[in-house]
Amino acid sequence: MKLLLKGGRVVDPAQGLDGTADVLIDGGTIAAVGPALPPGGARVVDAAGFVVCPGFIDMHVHLREPGQEHKETIATGVAAAVAGGFTAVACMPNTSPINDSAGITEYILKKAGEAGLARVYPIGAVSRGSQGEQLADIGELKQAGCVAVSDDGRPVATALLMRRALEYAGMFGMPVIDHCEDASLKGEGVAHEGFHASALGLRGIPAAAEALMVERDVTLAELTGARVHIAHLSVRGSLRAVRAGKARGVPVTCEVTPHHLVLTDEALAGYDTNVKMNPPLREAADRDALIEGLTDGSVDAIATDHAPHHADEKRVEFDHAPFGIIGLETAVPLALDRLVHAGHIGLPRLVELLSANPARILGVAGGTLAPGSAADVTVLAPDHTATVDLSRSRSLSRNSPFGGWSLRGAVAATIVGGQVCYVNPDVSGANGFGGKEGTR
Amino acid sequence: MTIDASVHRGGDEPGRSVPAASLHVKNLLGIADLGADDITLLLDTAVAMKEVGSRAIKKVPALRGKTVVNLFFEPSTRTRTSFEVAEKRLSADTLNIAASTSSVTKGETLVDTALNLEAMAPDMIVLRHASSGACHLLSRVCRSRVINAGDGMHEHPTQALLDAFTIREHKGRLAGLKVAIVGDLLHSRVLRSNLLLLTRMGADVWVSGPTTLIPPGVERFGVRATWRIEEAVEGADVIMMLRIQRERMQGHFFPSLREYFTVFGLTAARARLAKPDVIIMHPGPMNRGVEIASDVADGPYSVILEQVANGVAVRMAVLYLLAGGVMEGV
Repeated sequence: MKLLLKGGRVVDPAQGLDGTADVLIDGGTIAAVGPALPPGGARVVDAAGFVVCPGFIDMHVHLREPGQEHKETIATGVAAAVAGGFTAVACMPNTSPINDSAGITEYILKKAGEAGLARVYPIGAVSRGSQGEQLADIGELKQAGCVAVSDDGRPVATALLMRRALEYAGMFGMPVIDHCEDASLKGEGVAHEGFHASALGLRGIPAAAEALMVERDVTLAELTGARVHIAHLSVRGSLRAVRAGKARGVPVTCEVTPHHLVLTDEALAGYDTNVKMNPPLREAADRDALIEGLTDGSVDAIATDHAPHHADEKRVEFDHAPFGIIGLETAVPLALDRLVHAGHIGLPRLVELLSANPARILGVAGGTLAPGSAADVTVLAPDHTATVDLSRSRSLSRNSPFGGWSLRGAVAATIVGGQVCYVNPDVSGANGFGGKEGTR
Repeated sequence: MTIDASVHRGGDEPGRSVPAASLHVKNLLGIADLGADDITLLLDTAVAMKEVGSRAIKKVPALRGKTVVNLFFEPSTRTRTSFEVAEKRLSADTLNIAASTSSVTKGETLVDTALNLEAMAPDMIVLRHASSGACHLLSRVCRSRVINAGDGMHEHPTQALLDAFTIREHKGRLAGLKVAIVGDLLHSRVLRSNLLLLTRMGADVWVSGPTTLIPPGVERFGVRATWRIEEAVEGADVIMMLRIQRERMQGHFFPSLREYFTVFGLTAARARLAKPDVIIMHPGPMNRGVEIASDVADGPYSVILEQVANGVAVRMAVLYLLAGGVMEGV
């Protein structure tokens, strides 16, 4: 089955492309990109007015299956992913049981295969049960299909374990993704330590709790020469450490979340548990530094840390609510509105952050529309304005602070392996992407 | 109706008249929501309420037929009793629920507990809870008026109001006074309510405690912070002490109670640095020999027991004014 996307703005920084072009998809791969491609029997879609990009990859999500299917399942998670413009997600191992063995990884991949839609890349645990005591069977995790290891939800407990994990996972070409946080400094903290937490009487998590651990990890990546990736980096001190590491050639990369780019700890007023996440919303100077990190290249990726929680779990006292918010369906509109239209970054840089760089860091397919690549395509309607309606979310959970936000920039369609997996019914002209075949 | 009517009904001479005004808030979640006019109205109303408490028959019918639930998720003697006395003096029907005797121990959530109480149609819920923001949560799910009787480390608005009432009784004003607040600032809800109230009313506020117990960013409240207690109390009109909890030593906040008293305790010598007519306050319960020397606590400038007495009048004013919108026809 062939599909020809005609006359869209093709943005593919991996090939240095940003201009009007056609994209020809043949089966599961990109056949050609160029001006005025002949249809040659392909179904032709008028993509004029749309932006055609390599598929977006969310390298940090929690799909909750197995074990917490009341929050999310792999099926609902990937449905939310494609509706949010993500053709692939990498899921963290803090399920129940923890994904610390090949059997769990195989289960996740089996469920993902049944669900179809987005590609799912499991991330295995660094340590058995993510307990921080003994390495998980990282080689077997790799063989079963894991693309990285992480004890996300908690930091890799000790410097020695981190050193060994870097060396060991490095053998298999996998990065160690670390949730950087000094447990003793975090203590019982629930919000960023600063004026707003003080005023609200919330226990603080100091910026240094993160930056200290990032310094440790950069130093250990330098020692081992193995790749470390800093998850959900949130404070300027951490960014300084990453920047300094990169400057001296240390193999360190990092991601930031949309919520840390658009919200600050001022949002805590009112105690909405949907602004409780870890790392917490930081102060304005940190948010500004993260945006600067996007523009100067020191931030490598935008990842959502999609963390579904049931409404009952969030409808409790702020102290007792679990950390985390969903993000798959709001990330792209937030990024387009608050980063691109706000003038901080251009579309090519956004595509790098959401596609090319995550593909490179995880070593997975996609990240480019170069001929021969997997036909994973995200189509954007950059000027379509919509109000976030959480009741329409595909995720099983609704824990987001962005309900009711009006955002300019939307996902028009999502194509995975040449199959149109999502068409936004609200975007005029987008229904052309949804042919009879392949639309689900 | 006005408070004068009920005062007359009590049969004694007319009380001090209260301006016909109402609060800008439906609930008392914190001082943060109150304007200076709200605070003045509450304090003025409390003056009339205090008069009620001085009568032979200490009861007015203002809240007759109204139900007030005192929902306490933390042990409290002083605050709960004070609210209960205030409610009874206003003729409300009161219901006391302590967490240890409720279904909370069976795993029921705060929201469910509140909704069950709501089904019995109380008019007001007075909530004490260990988590900051618990009153905000309750106010979002309840129709009843919510009064914050202390939420975590956030606010304790009626304490700040009774403190302000007591200061005003002694000094005749709040604006321009130097007030030193000393002790465990970090964990204190009394501190936060007092900072908001006193700065809003124009006082010159100093806070003091070991650096480990000073909330980050506290200067943004418009106050000055120092670890040197002498600097804070020098020339003060008011010294307000905050309780030191023994378990704080576990968090490495200070090494020992003995050292705490030596370096940060309010001794008679330190109290003498303040103005000659300084008043010394403490929200209780006190740790004698830790944050405050016994001779200071019991000394002539101590108004600690007056604070307790004034608490009833201030809480009557809060209950009365918040009920204002729902007591048509009483």
